[in-house]
Amino acid sequence: MQRHLISAADLTRDDAVLILDTAEEMARVADRPIKKLPTLRGRTIVNLFFEDSTRTRISFEAAEKRLSADVINFTAKGSSVSKGESLKDTAQTLEAMGVDAVVIRHGASGAPYRLANSGWIDAAVINAGDGTHQHPTQALLDAFTMRRRLVGRDAGLGQDLSGKRITLVGDVLHSRVARSNVDLLHTLGAEVTLVAPPTLVPVGVGTWPCEVSYDLDSTLPKSDAVMMLRVQRERMNAAFFPTEREYSRRYGLDGDRMARMPEHAIVMHPGPMVRGMEITAEVADSDRCTVVEQVANGVSIRMAVLYLLLGGNEPAVTHARTTEEK
Amino acid sequence: MSKILIRGAKVLGGEPQDVLIDGETIAAVGTDLDAGGAEVVEADGKVLLPGLVDLHTHLREPGREDSETVLTGTRAAASGGYTAVFAMANTFPVADTAGVVEQVYRLGRDHGYCDVQPIGAVTVGLEGKKLAELGAMHESAAGVTVFSDDGKCVDDAVIMRRALEYVKAFGGVVAQHAQEPRLTEGAQMNEGVVSAELGLGGWPAVAEESVIARDVLLAEHVGSRVHICHLSTAGSVEIVRWAKSRGIDVTAEVTPHHLLLTEEMVRTYNPVYKVNPPLRTERDVHALREALADGTIDIVATDHAPHPHEDKDCEWAAAAMGMVGLETALSVVQATMVETGLLDWAGVADRMSAKPARIGGARGHGRPVSVGEPANLTLVDTAYRGQVDPAGFASRSRNTPYEGRELPGRVTHTWLRGKATLVDGKLT
Ligand SMILES: [Zn+2]
Repeated sequence: MQRHLISAADLTRDDAVLILDTAEEMARVADRPIKKLPTLRGRTIVNLFFEDSTRTRISFEAAEKRLSADVINFTAKGSSVSKGESLKDTAQTLEAMGVDAVVIRHGASGAPYRLANSGWIDAAVINAGDGTHQHPTQALLDAFTMRRRLVGRDAGLGQDLSGKRITLVGDVLHSRVARSNVDLLHTLGAEVTLVAPPTLVPVGVGTWPCEVSYDLDSTLPKSDAVMMLRVQRERMNAAFFPTEREYSRRYGLDGDRMARMPEHAIVMHPGPMVRGMEITAEVADSDRCTVVEQVANGVSIRMAVLYLLLGGNEPAVTHARTTEEK
Repeated sequence: MSKILIRGAKVLGGEPQDVLIDGETIAAVGTDLDAGGAEVVEADGKVLLPGLVDLHTHLREPGREDSETVLTGTRAAASGGYTAVFAMANTFPVADTAGVVEQVYRLGRDHGYCDVQPIGAVTVGLEGKKLAELGAMHESAAGVTVFSDDGKCVDDAVIMRRALEYVKAFGGVVAQHAQEPRLTEGAQMNEGVVSAELGLGGWPAVAEESVIARDVLLAEHVGSRVHICHLSTAGSVEIVRWAKSRGIDVTAEVTPHHLLLTEEMVRTYNPVYKVNPPLRTERDVHALREALADGTIDIVATDHAPHPHEDKDCEWAAAAMGMVGLETALSVVQATMVETGLLDWAGVADRMSAKPARIGGARGHGRPVSVGEPANLTLVDTAYRGQVDPAGFASRSRNTPYEGRELPGRVTHTWLRGKATLVDGKLT
């Protein structure tokens, strides 16, 4: 494993499978009466959020606390921070405090990469979402959810997603989740198809390791998992599509469309869902929809990532258990 | 005035010759010239060029003297072999009145490192709404002939048309920063494969090309002269080539960095590579080199854009756009055009001195190296190889994309009207 986690593209297949396997072990901790491991005791992790995301921050915070790390939450939004150099200033402050890891969420693509590579700071950097670039732990938790559902919880150990057909639907252009998922799912052997109106697919997508389709209906019957991406209503005003109604008619997932998916296929969403436009309540509340599991899996994945970046290179399982038994 | 004998220099890359400077002019060119008490500069193996002329420099004074001043900028120019630079109008205040352009012009004269020819803004405050007093700037002591809202595009077709028409009265030219503003909202880098991967806002080639296409058609319609700043895409080359074949009076420039660097550099997220127009693809770079070689692109202009350290030492999106270029331009041209066999030194003299002087109307610059001409000269050690070290820059800013990169060639001497501004690589 590398020292930082900036992009899902940086993970090898073996790295990714190791993280997923480790997350399975971490998930078992959640089933125990005391949901805590001493693994990162004495380590300080900062959650550095330049952009609001309560869900992601809470997920990281839960993961950090379950690993017994000392947690500092730093929310830059709304403070005096407004100019670009604040990232460097903040980094140097954290460096002076002897921080071991920084979980960073930033509105600018590349900010975590800059933080990790500019010599401003020594700590491990974990990208919790940057601009329209990457959100690697989201992709990992999605892959984890798929592996559990499509391969099996125990049968999945050591396995990747070879041969699974995954469809991502919606605003690919502005989606760091889409970028991270395409990279990671490809690494894990899955076949990925992006479905969106042409206005919401980036110029240059041709080099991505995936198919692109503008037609959701023809893609659904050959999908093992369909992941709906969030579409912001503002996009309509920027002429990415004519009306909300037309968008949902062509790219929304409703009960009829879900019925065209294979029996075993699942519906995913990174949340928060906009019910109505991109997904109907009927679909969102069905037992094929994994949104709630994705949230729970997010904590396990983030524990695994933090453990592997900060705890050591041995499998978490043995290490975690022996430390606990002492 | 003193006499200087430059001995054994390859004039425009040709056979070694001696060049005698007497006062402000070239007194003799030949072999085995008698020194006759002149100070002798041994130029064995070096290439002698007419002093370089940059049609596109940002000197930042008035207003951003922390980035650059007329003094530091002209010292950087002299270091790079330039004897004349055209200073862009996007200062604070904007160079949109006779007063501001005269101030910049006089500072250049007073410092004496390099002639500074101010460029006037096309519109008041670069706002694109109302024509600036183009005639008054032309009639001022600065004698402005080049007008540009550089940094911003004159995107209103009517304003552009009027400006093109208006400057005909005094032989002026409008230099367009071609960037369709709506197509480049939030743009951070070239739109394409790399922007898709990095998740950075795209600056599509068509945003440049569509404006160039419009402007050459406007120039044709009103019978005016238009100059395209920092042309950066293969498609723009095609449009300019077409326009020239049609007889439209258009000229174009390319920057050294667009001849060498590609968008691949942006993968580092290091804002030193953030520039406008953005670095493009390998294919564009090759099209630009070929167009400069065949004359479709007329000149090399630096777009020297100094910024203080803190404006670049941050995340990509927050960083300022631009690179310094005066002190490395000739080396980059040597690497990309001369050493690739695309251009000889006479061609370099044409693209970096004669033509920019002619486009901008810089009298006394870009002249042949021959008797009776003003002694504006540059001596280049073309055999030199070395890493670029910004610590040695005369420019007040250090935002070069070439730090640590090996580039060929080094300017050793520069003479402005017979007065040395650079001797053995050191400013006088
Ligand atoms: Zn410009």
